[in-house]
Amino acid sequence: MAEAKAAALAPGARNPLGRGVVYAVLAVFAVFYLAPLVVVVLNSVRTAQDIGATSVIGWPRELAFDNFSRAWGSYCIAQTCAGIAPYMWNSFLLVVPATIISTLLGALNGYSVALWRFRGDNWVFGLVTLGVFLPEQMKLIPWVLVLRELGLTNSISGLVLIHVVQGISFTTLFCRNYYVAIPAELLKAARIDGAGYFRIFWRIVLPLSPPILIVTVIWQFTHIWNEFLYGVTFTSGPQQPVTAALIALSVSVSEAPQYGVQSAAVLLAALPTLLVYLFGGKYFLRGLTAGAVK
Amino acid sequence: MPAGTAAVAGVPPLARPAPARWRGWLGRLAPHLVLWPPLLVSVLHVVSFTAYTTWISFTPSTLLPEYDWVGVQNYVSVLNSRNWKIAYSNLVIYGCGFVLLTTALGLLLAVLIDQRIRAENLFRTIFLYPMAVSFVVTGTVWAWLLNPGIGIQHLVRGFGWAGFRFDWLVDREMAIYTIVIAGAWQASGFAMALFLAGIRSVDADLYRAAQIDGAGPWRIYRRVVLPCIGPIFIAVLVILLQFAIKTFDLVRALTGGGPGLATQLPTLVVYDLMFQRGLLGRGAAAAVMLLLSLLVVLLPYFAYARWRKRREARHG
Repeated sequence: MAEAKAAALAPGARNPLGRGVVYAVLAVFAVFYLAPLVVVVLNSVRTAQDIGATSVIGWPRELAFDNFSRAWGSYCIAQTCAGIAPYMWNSFLLVVPATIISTLLGALNGYSVALWRFRGDNWVFGLVTLGVFLPEQMKLIPWVLVLRELGLTNSISGLVLIHVVQGISFTTLFCRNYYVAIPAELLKAARIDGAGYFRIFWRIVLPLSPPILIVTVIWQFTHIWNEFLYGVTFTSGPQQPVTAALIALSVSVSEAPQYGVQSAAVLLAALPTLLVYLFGGKYFLRGLTAGAVK
Repeated sequence: MPAGTAAVAGVPPLARPAPARWRGWLGRLAPHLVLWPPLLVSVLHVVSFTAYTTWISFTPSTLLPEYDWVGVQNYVSVLNSRNWKIAYSNLVIYGCGFVLLTTALGLLLAVLIDQRIRAENLFRTIFLYPMAVSFVVTGTVWAWLLNPGIGIQHLVRGFGWAGFRFDWLVDREMAIYTIVIAGAWQASGFAMALFLAGIRSVDADLYRAAQIDGAGPWRIYRRVVLPCIGPIFIAVLVILLQFAIKTFDLVRALTGGGPGLATQLPTLVVYDLMFQRGLLGRGAAAAVMLLLSLLVVLLPYFAYARWRKRREARHG
């Protein structure tokens, strides 16, 4: 079956000219997709004079690796001259707890809704997933008030709270859709044996969960790391995550552009999610497809 | 999907010693203490935040929320503002351009990758990596490439073609298309992945039947594959359209809404009203209209998805 399909899937297999065209077109597109990344990588080791004399697209004349150390530790963003390191640190302090907590709560929620059935569970699940496509703009004012009430204005803890609460919608959706496939007889048998809510979760559901937990963690990590609107709305100055700081950086250098240093900063800020993508591509795509309504 | 019984065969028996009566009572209560808080938080935040912002949209709130009723006044003033009209017409241009270009690119790439090529994984990785990167990064980099003074125009002129022009970024008429380009660059790999999954799930017998009938590759794609992936086509269009409606970071980093208002989008208007002009009431009204635009796209889609599900259930 699989072989028959593979044979049928190759309409151009016996046509060398056709195959040449296919590869040529793919190569052209690959260049188009890679170009921005290549430009950033090359610029990150070019000097400001070099870029100023030619354009942002060009081969480095000499390698200026100090762009990275400056971008990381000494470049001025707004009034502080500590590079993007503190903002990267902020993003890590934000993304690690928010990812872990939202994933755990999502797994519990998904388990409750999918397996520990109760009256109205479908309604509850429907409302939870509404949060997936509600535009962020609808939540901005309420979050301002909630953060103020809790004393979390302009803090990373505030952003953690936001991303945990918002993230639950996604993580619940992912986990619930995965857990519904666990056969009900299995749970019935466990309950007859006297196992309760926690024991079933711990002994049966969690051991089955690694595939979906990886998807969820990768999705949450990428999503929270790349998030910008909440970062720029609810934090300012040294409290900002790195995406918000990048915008501040490009604003603050507009008089005397430092494309080399900026490229290094952009590259460093993009690196964590790029690495996650390269090493977890399959899971990344699965999460992307499942969370697509976002 | 979980492997079911096979995977848990090694789990030790779940029986536990007979609990004391109070432990039984606590045992019944404890799940509810854990089960409900996260569920309630997620449900309540969706419902109450939506209700609150909608309420604020009917009040004269400026810097701080106020709770007097002013009816649809905010909606009228937002709808009549030049800012909103331009932002909305920009959204229509950008939405159509982005959805069409991204879908076309995604479909083309999926068909090309489907030709049993070598290094399929490499190509897929290259086409999809932009989705892993923040829109802020994408916007910043494309802003350099498209900047006529330092980017592509400058480079081509440097090669000796002095009259070359590619200054869309600073051209009021064309700036919105720079967002289309950057957006399509970022999202088309995702469209490709969805299409490819669809193409690969088409029944092999259909291919063979078509091949036996003497249909060429082009004909097979047009007559056999495309009709089969119709539902995926609709899903891609809907996903991309709501991507477009929600676009914020990309524009913020690429053009900041300029030059002038040339790339202003409704999401930027909401932010501007709420946090730069301190007009919470109007900002909330704009946010509600943003939600309504989204519902116009999503509700028919959900109805369609439900209808399809029912039909499938009926036809087994």
